[in-house]
Amino acid sequence: MTGLRQLARALAVACLCALAPVFALAVQPDEMLADPALEQRARALSLEMRCPVCRNQSIDDSNAELARDLRVLIRERLVAGDSDAEVIDYLVDRYGAYILLRPQMGADTLLLWLAPALMLGAAFAGFSILWRRKGPPPPEPEALSEDEKAVLAQALGQGPGQGSGP
Amino acid sequence: MAGGIRKSVLIPVVVFLLIGGVLFSVAAGTRDVSGEGYLDRPLPEFSQPPLIGDERGLSAEDIRGEVALINVFASWCAVCLSEHPMLMRLAAEEGVPLYGLNWKDRPGAGRRFLDRHGDPYLATGEDAAGRLGAQLAVTGVPETYLVDAEGRIRYRHVGALTEQVWQEVLRPLIRDLKRPS
Repeated sequence: MTGLRQLARALAVACLCALAPVFALAVQPDEMLADPALEQRARALSLEMRCPVCRNQSIDDSNAELARDLRVLIRERLVAGDSDAEVIDYLVDRYGAYILLRPQMGADTLLLWLAPALMLGAAFAGFSILWRRKGPPPPEPEALSEDEKAVLAQALGQGPGQGSGP
Repeated sequence: MAGGIRKSVLIPVVVFLLIGGVLFSVAAGTRDVSGEGYLDRPLPEFSQPPLIGDERGLSAEDIRGEVALINVFASWCAVCLSEHPMLMRLAAEEGVPLYGLNWKDRPGAGRRFLDRHGDPYLATGEDAAGRLGAQLAVTGVPETYLVDAEGRIRYRHVGALTEQVWQEVLRPLIRDLKRPS
């Protein structure tokens, strides 16, 4: 009985340790808003914003001081009554479209969005050209002449010159 | 058949070099785009408190009406210290109005920094919490903003303001901005 309980306890500890990184948030408790709905929106927006210091992290992930400033700024805009789109515009106005982790579709980013499809298309085109290059299948071998048939039959031991097999 | 084998090696290599070359030239040609959303837009309205020990701070009105530089600095920033002699030279010799913004510094540290190393600024504002910095899209120190006579931000230099940056970037820009059109 005690063995089972020990096993269960060990398992619980292991699970907690494995989950620990999930709880290690960059967002500090003192930044969070009391209103859970607003806080939820702030978190969702923060996930979409690039940290200007850590480049490939969202400000929700980043521990940089600047990311914290931006998280606080987003929450202030939300408390002031901004819609999500207004908050995004506010940040893009100041930091440029670069602040968005997911670039918006536009004339200047069209190539970026189409690049995967274009590359895939180019790869398909390349392969189809390569396959076609392999050329026609080799020609059917010509039928054996009478002489060759005789030689073959002889070799196989069925020639007219020999009576029976061994 | 030897030609075919060589081609199967050659084609991917050529394609790779082509794509890499195009992307590299595009990347080399573009400037760092972070924080350029505010370029060519008016300075925000602001009125920053003075450094501890100073009489006046820095407000948007102080800067409006002339081509000017705003230098964002902090006493804890080693690169700011390294560019400081250049700022002193600009203030003394080049006749460009230079304003300071003391960004995310401890109270009193900004004034002590300027007392020790010299004060090149016509006026200096304190931005202890980085609030104005967020308006200007400051991503670190030092950064230097070039503002035209209408109060629009025309250029932003990230990093130390060196003699080379001054000669090759800022001075030509300022000359163009001052030229009556």
